Amino acid sequence: MLTHEQAAKAFPDEVVTKAVTRLVRVAGLAKPVALITIDNGHDHTRPSTFGPQSLVSLNAAFDAAVAAQPSAIAVTGKPFIFAVGADLSGVEQVADRSSAVDIAQTGHDVFRRFTESPVPTFAFVNGAVLGGGLELALSCHYRTLSDNTAAIALPEVFLGLFPGWGGTQLLPNLIGPDAAVTVIFENALSQNRMLKPAQAAELGITDVLLGSADFIERSLAWASDVVNGVVSVPRKEIDRGAGWNTAVERAKGIVHGRTKGASPGALKALELLELARANDLDAGYAAETEALADVLMTDPLRAGLYSFTLVQKRAKRPAGAPDKSLARPVTKVGVVGAGLMASQMALLFVRQLKVPVVLTDIDQARVDKGVAYVHDEIDKLGARGRLSPDGVNRLTALVSGSLDKAAFADADFVIEAVFEELGVKQKVFAEVEAHVSAECVLATNTSSLSITEMAAGLAHPERVVGFHFFNPVAVMPLLEVVRAERTDDATLATAFAVGKALRKSSVLVKDAPAFVVNRLLTRFMGEVVRAIDEGTPFEVADRATEPLGLPMSPLVLLQLVGAPVALHVAETMHRAYPDRFGVSENMRRFVAAGKNAVWTWDSAGNQSVDPEVAALWQFGPNPLTAQEVLDRVLDAMAEEIRIMLDEGVVAEAQDIDLCLLLGAGWPFWLGGVTPYLDRAGVSERVHGKPFLAPGVASVPA
Amino acid sequence: MAAPAAPAAARAAREVVFVDGVRTPFGKAGPKGVYAETRADDLIVKVIRELLRRHPELPPERVDEVAVAATTQIGDQGLTIGRTAALLAGLPKSVPGFAVDRMCAGAMTAVTTTASGIAFGAYDVVIAGGVEHMGRHPMGEGVDPNPRIIADKLVDPTALVMGQTAENVHDRFPALTKQRCDAYAARSQEKFADAVKAGKIGPELVPVATRSAELGWGLATEDEPPRPGTTVEALAGLKTPFRPHGRVTAGNAAGLNDGATGCVLAAEETARELGLPIGMRLVGYAFVGVEPEVMGIGPVPATEKALARFGLSISDIGLFELNEAFAVQVLAFLDHFGLADDDPRVNVWGGAIACGHPLASSGVRLMTQLSRQFAERPDVRYGITAMCVGIGMGGTVIWENPNWDGGK
Repeated sequence: MLTHEQAAKAFPDEVVTKAVTRLVRVAGLAKPVALITIDNGHDHTRPSTFGPQSLVSLNAAFDAAVAAQPSAIAVTGKPFIFAVGADLSGVEQVADRSSAVDIAQTGHDVFRRFTESPVPTFAFVNGAVLGGGLELALSCHYRTLSDNTAAIALPEVFLGLFPGWGGTQLLPNLIGPDAAVTVIFENALSQNRMLKPAQAAELGITDVLLGSADFIERSLAWASDVVNGVVSVPRKEIDRGAGWNTAVERAKGIVHGRTKGASPGALKALELLELARANDLDAGYAAETEALADVLMTDPLRAGLYSFTLVQKRAKRPAGAPDKSLARPVTKVGVVGAGLMASQMALLFVRQLKVPVVLTDIDQARVDKGVAYVHDEIDKLGARGRLSPDGVNRLTALVSGSLDKAAFADADFVIEAVFEELGVKQKVFAEVEAHVSAECVLATNTSSLSITEMAAGLAHPERVVGFHFFNPVAVMPLLEVVRAERTDDATLATAFAVGKALRKSSVLVKDAPAFVVNRLLTRFMGEVVRAIDEGTPFEVADRATEPLGLPMSPLVLLQLVGAPVALHVAETMHRAYPDRFGVSENMRRFVAAGKNAVWTWDSAGNQSVDPEVAALWQFGPNPLTAQEVLDRVLDAMAEEIRIMLDEGVVAEAQDIDLCLLLGAGWPFWLGGVTPYLDRAGVSERVHGKPFLAPGVASVPA
Repeated sequence: MAAPAAPAAARAAREVVFVDGVRTPFGKAGPKGVYAETRADDLIVKVIRELLRRHPELPPERVDEVAVAATTQIGDQGLTIGRTAALLAGLPKSVPGFAVDRMCAGAMTAVTTTASGIAFGAYDVVIAGGVEHMGRHPMGEGVDPNPRIIADKLVDPTALVMGQTAENVHDRFPALTKQRCDAYAARSQEKFADAVKAGKIGPELVPVATRSAELGWGLATEDEPPRPGTTVEALAGLKTPFRPHGRVTAGNAAGLNDGATGCVLAAEETARELGLPIGMRLVGYAFVGVEPEVMGIGPVPATEKALARFGLSISDIGLFELNEAFAVQVLAFLDHFGLADDDPRVNVWGGAIACGHPLASSGVRLMTQLSRQFAERPDVRYGITAMCVGIGMGGTVIWENPNWDGGK
């Protein structure tokens, strides 16, 4: 065990979770229960975490509990929080492998005392329980769970780690390998999905679900019944043969499907799941400690933590956003255009802002169709129980359509989503300006046109702002908020405030062609298509980027975006930067032929090139290897990002990474992309220097 | 519009029964008390949940009203605490609730008011109780007495300070000496300690998890105020904070306390329908106003009024549960009715001088204890619960023992 001094030295800034032991008399028990409370001294908005000093404190509390010779030892948390795991900011400071081993080992040493105690141990899980918090609970002999617990999960694999304080060994041996795979792999890799209390109880993670109103009292009473044998707690038979094999195979499928094998933490978790089959804690914990130290000292893990911090912190305080007190209230929204994108935006606005939303379009049929779409979606939310009948009535009444833009007269925020052509958009804004107040924000969802030019002819160009959503609007968390040349601070602040109210993560972007995500994806895709044009087979080019572990291959992404849209953006970018952005003649033919997908799939899911596409595509004589394609793509990304930073498109490389994480779904272990470009040596090759200082998203030198 | 109902024939009132009562352990008010960091509403919530847990035969949706008393209806004792406590306790949203205030007789008034509703036919089953967290809400918090109270000499300024009203009772009845009060107080402590030891006090307690940021979670399972082993000699030396050389001390009065109580009342026919136990049958009740300067004498006229109204005399009463706000006011009652200071029918298990008096909650403690004594005493037919009330009132409720053996 670490001494208190060693622990303090290892992580001096730790917000220490103190553990205190109190002896309580419980009906039915001759000897008291030693009740350990873990509490970091803050309210529930700063949940309790474990760093080295916290573990030393818990160890001391356990000593005190044992010394009292109690009838049982129980551990619980401060109100609404049990514990949410390791303190990640402490992990970021780990600079050498022996410190990493210390962290892993200390957690095991302390938690295992609860497992090996001759006195029965209980976790009274009174609130949020994540990661190491859940591992502490699993280390106890029995668990009660409060029915108002807001978050239950092992999110480690999501972060690029694995549950390394006993989780990989204890959970499958408690609830069975298949359920453990759901928790450790499937949920973690599904955008960090949380369990509901009833699900956790159903899976057998906890033994009894108790009401929050008198949770501690009932937990103590239940513990008394367990100690006295009044209640017996059945444990599952664990299938260590075929069932275990099946579960491991399922986990492998999930890891391969979601990470393409690019996350070291997920791969270690697979090995540890296999090892857990023997249910040998000595071997299992030793392996966890070694593996944790290994993974902690990898750059992909550090990039994962960097990504997590960007998403948790930077996304909530956008760099360069003006003072939020400048924002004007938005009490009514206009949407120009009633097509699918516009209707999806209208739905989002009405759901989140709960203010009147008016759609307009060029004819009544389109308006009616747009309004009907939104009303329909609201009804579906009602049918799924996501909205109450009153909520359905409220939102339905707020959405209306009008042919006449005079309906926007009292709107504070009008957004257009009409055809992607500058002249059309300029005309729309001029028409809207004739009806609205001088302060009404005019927002555009353009993906590539110049917002400065769009605003040029207006009486009040300072109220025009870019408001670029990603498809599907309801799901993708990113919003690129674009400041045009004359956009004023009040307009920008209002745009950020609306973005926040829509529960999107906003990034401030300069008015530059295609902003961030589309510019980089177009450059990325452009290099892949160029390689194919030069003669690289579709199979080779499309698989070249597999080592990155992206959510989908480039050609599948092309299909999702829509080939005509991609071509349109490519042409725009070509006009802006002809040296770097080409337009493929093959792509033009492909789109002209009405094609959208390169691949077809048979009923068994086997992928092959659409023969019509193969027929129309004209290959050059210079095929590249997969590695050559990948190098080209990465070099192009590094080049483009450096140019964007030089142009001041965003404040810092961190904003580029945030955009790729949230707008393109690029994985945590790449850190968006610049940490990967740095660690893969691409930045050095292209620019002679990295994007980020060592230690920011990598193991400190 | 519907035609007006026919002129009402005399309605038959329904019998009302006290089903069961529970309470939290009582704590000492103040930063060192067990409930220093525990909310008042949480205390009453635990009580309501315990009542429901002890009576699974009572479907929660059959509860027609939740009446909760608190003297200081601010913060966690505000927000229409009967209703919010019902919601927090997990009762169906269809169950209504309200807040009651009659100072110390809050819970008693919650019982008599809802019991009257049962007798009238408006309710079948109710939950009634009270809570007072005098640590979080000291007596007099936020009060704003009308200046006319003083200007018009409506009451003496001492009337608003309960300890001074007790000194005033001493003035009125010189025979009530400090020594008698101290002897009474020591006996109350002794009887209470004996009752705890014998397991008489305890079964009605709801354990409460207590929060302490410093010490972690604890569990309150027994009353904090009692001082077993208190002697008359020790009491004699205590200070008299309300007057120099006065008679009222911290030892011969109830303390400042935190706690909550609750009970289930039902129409007797509903209790039989649902299989609810019958702890006591309500005979009648009376509240009376007295001079606020001597509020402690309130139980005397209240009891006389109740007895007269329901055709009983003091000699019919076999058990008394008198709230011990001050020893002197209990002695005033005993002297008036010619009962000895150590009459064995009075406060058999000790009283508030030992276990504490969290103002508005105490009435139901008295009832819960009387009902438990009834179960042991089939020889007793009637008992009363009575208490004095701040600003000059008294309240008395007469109960009949359903276990009475008919005087065999």
